[in-house]
Amino acid sequence: MPINIDIAYVARLARIDLSDEELDRYRDQLGVILDHAARVQQLPTDGVRPTSHPLSMVNAFRPDDVRPSLERSVILDQAPATEDGYFRVPPAMET
Amino acid sequence: MTDLTDLTVRQAAELLRSGETSAVELLEAVKEQAARTEAELHAYLTLDQEGARAAAVAADESFGRGEDLGPLQGIPVAVKDNMVTRGVETTAGSQVLAGYTPPYDATVVKGLRAGGAVLVGKTNLDEFAMGSSTENSAYGPSRNPWDTDRVPGGSSGGSAVTVAAGSALAALGSDTGGSIRQPASLCGVVGMKPTYGLVSRYGLIAFASSLDQIGPITRTVEDSVSVLETIIGHDPMDATSYRGEAPEFRSGLDEGVSGIRIGVVRELSGEGIEPDVLDAFTRQVDRLSDAGADIVEVSLPSTEYALSTYYLIAPAECSANLARFDGVRYGNRVDGGTVEEMMARTRHAGFGPEVTRRVLLGTYALSAGYYDAFYGQAQRVRTLVIADFTEAYANVDALVSPTSPTTAFALGARTQDPLSMYMSDICTIPSNLAGDPSISVPVGVDAKGLPIGFQVMAQALGERMLFRVAAEVERLAEFRRLPSRKVAP
Repeated sequence: MPINIDIAYVARLARIDLSDEELDRYRDQLGVILDHAARVQQLPTDGVRPTSHPLSMVNAFRPDDVRPSLERSVILDQAPATEDGYFRVPPAMET
Repeated sequence: MTDLTDLTVRQAAELLRSGETSAVELLEAVKEQAARTEAELHAYLTLDQEGARAAAVAADESFGRGEDLGPLQGIPVAVKDNMVTRGVETTAGSQVLAGYTPPYDATVVKGLRAGGAVLVGKTNLDEFAMGSSTENSAYGPSRNPWDTDRVPGGSSGGSAVTVAAGSALAALGSDTGGSIRQPASLCGVVGMKPTYGLVSRYGLIAFASSLDQIGPITRTVEDSVSVLETIIGHDPMDATSYRGEAPEFRSGLDEGVSGIRIGVVRELSGEGIEPDVLDAFTRQVDRLSDAGADIVEVSLPSTEYALSTYYLIAPAECSANLARFDGVRYGNRVDGGTVEEMMARTRHAGFGPEVTRRVLLGTYALSAGYYDAFYGQAQRVRTLVIADFTEAYANVDALVSPTSPTTAFALGARTQDPLSMYMSDICTIPSNLAGDPSISVPVGVDAKGLPIGFQVMAQALGERMLFRVAAEVERLAEFRRLPSRKVAP
């Protein structure tokens, strides 16, 4: 399968702002890596179940108990911008 | 006078208990060693001067009260900087987290503190543990103490260097595709990846969650056991952590390999392995045979596809895990007119080239139209790799291979060619896909005098067998040399 990467679209999905020069470079590098990685497609896997976790595990239940969490101020202390006890970010929509 | 920085954990523990040295003296010795070597080796990102001093004093006071907290009490230990430490800067080697001071300790760090260990500092790593040379650190590379023009391996390169160079007596690393074992191999120390889930990942800054595992880097196999005993156990804060009884593994150390069946993995012990590495490996297998092990050749046909599988699964998981670095809750921010612009600029400025490459790769592999061809197929191939291991372990007790196809390579030699860098982990990746424990033990040096590692693998929760074989490998190799301390006075 020829690998045709719309790298600008991928960068947008990944929320990484890249220059045109960077986009070209990453498109080329991803092409080489994916060409190699595409070898997995050669293996017949009909009827093989995918592995999402290396060990067979059952659901990890715990009691639904209220437990203390970190203080709000301790958490906000690490944020780049806060206001009135909240994280502050630029507008999500144009106003 | 014994050079305290040459000691193993066990030897140091004996001196501490006999009163011949103190935790404060040990700490001073490794700090002096760090002061001598750091300008050249750059193994540490942060030294926790006050915290380490207080911990050493506390350990000595505890000894004074006749308490015994276990084998790490009073021992100077280094921690890879992708494990969070309360009040001590934790960057994961990334610009995006520069200045981040976590408000809590990772469970392994809590375990070390409870065991009386003295946390010397946080070690250098490839950014977010992505790399095989520690050259991807946003804070500059670490250097190999055996030859400072060469890489220490990665991504736990800083941790491996502290142990090899004597600026810590033991260290923690994390291993997603070989990031404990490969640098241990390149630096001539012991690196161990436990069974997936045996050690809590709570507080480990996640790279690829289904592969990541924390483990010890030490000078001896026995020290590896001591560190693992200290950090092991179920943790309610990590839903993937193992809930059963932790296996006992110390008692196998003196049992030897007589009557043990050891499989040499054909696919990992031939083509692509440097001749000197292969020679050292083969000699070691012969010694195991002479010591009474039954050596058989084993084929794991799917391992041929392990590297490709890994480079689809790991980036896919990393693209999801690293979504949290968006400039909102912690770390650095680059402003923008809208929240999306702010996030995209923050991530562009904060992530280095390797992290960007893998996030893009993972985003692509998970995107609509490609998910099944890449990620879905990789997960099915992962099942085949695991099945190969399961089949092998029906006939053998342990598997062996070289740890790394080459010895330490020159700084810069592979940075322009991602694929050649990815090949560095070809022998270590399969056991991450399987979730099985594995260990690298140094067994000799190549013609250039650079260390060579020997990998032992065992089945999940087979730590007892793993350490049993590894201890015998160590005994037979008689490799106990540390690099000469010629690095800058």
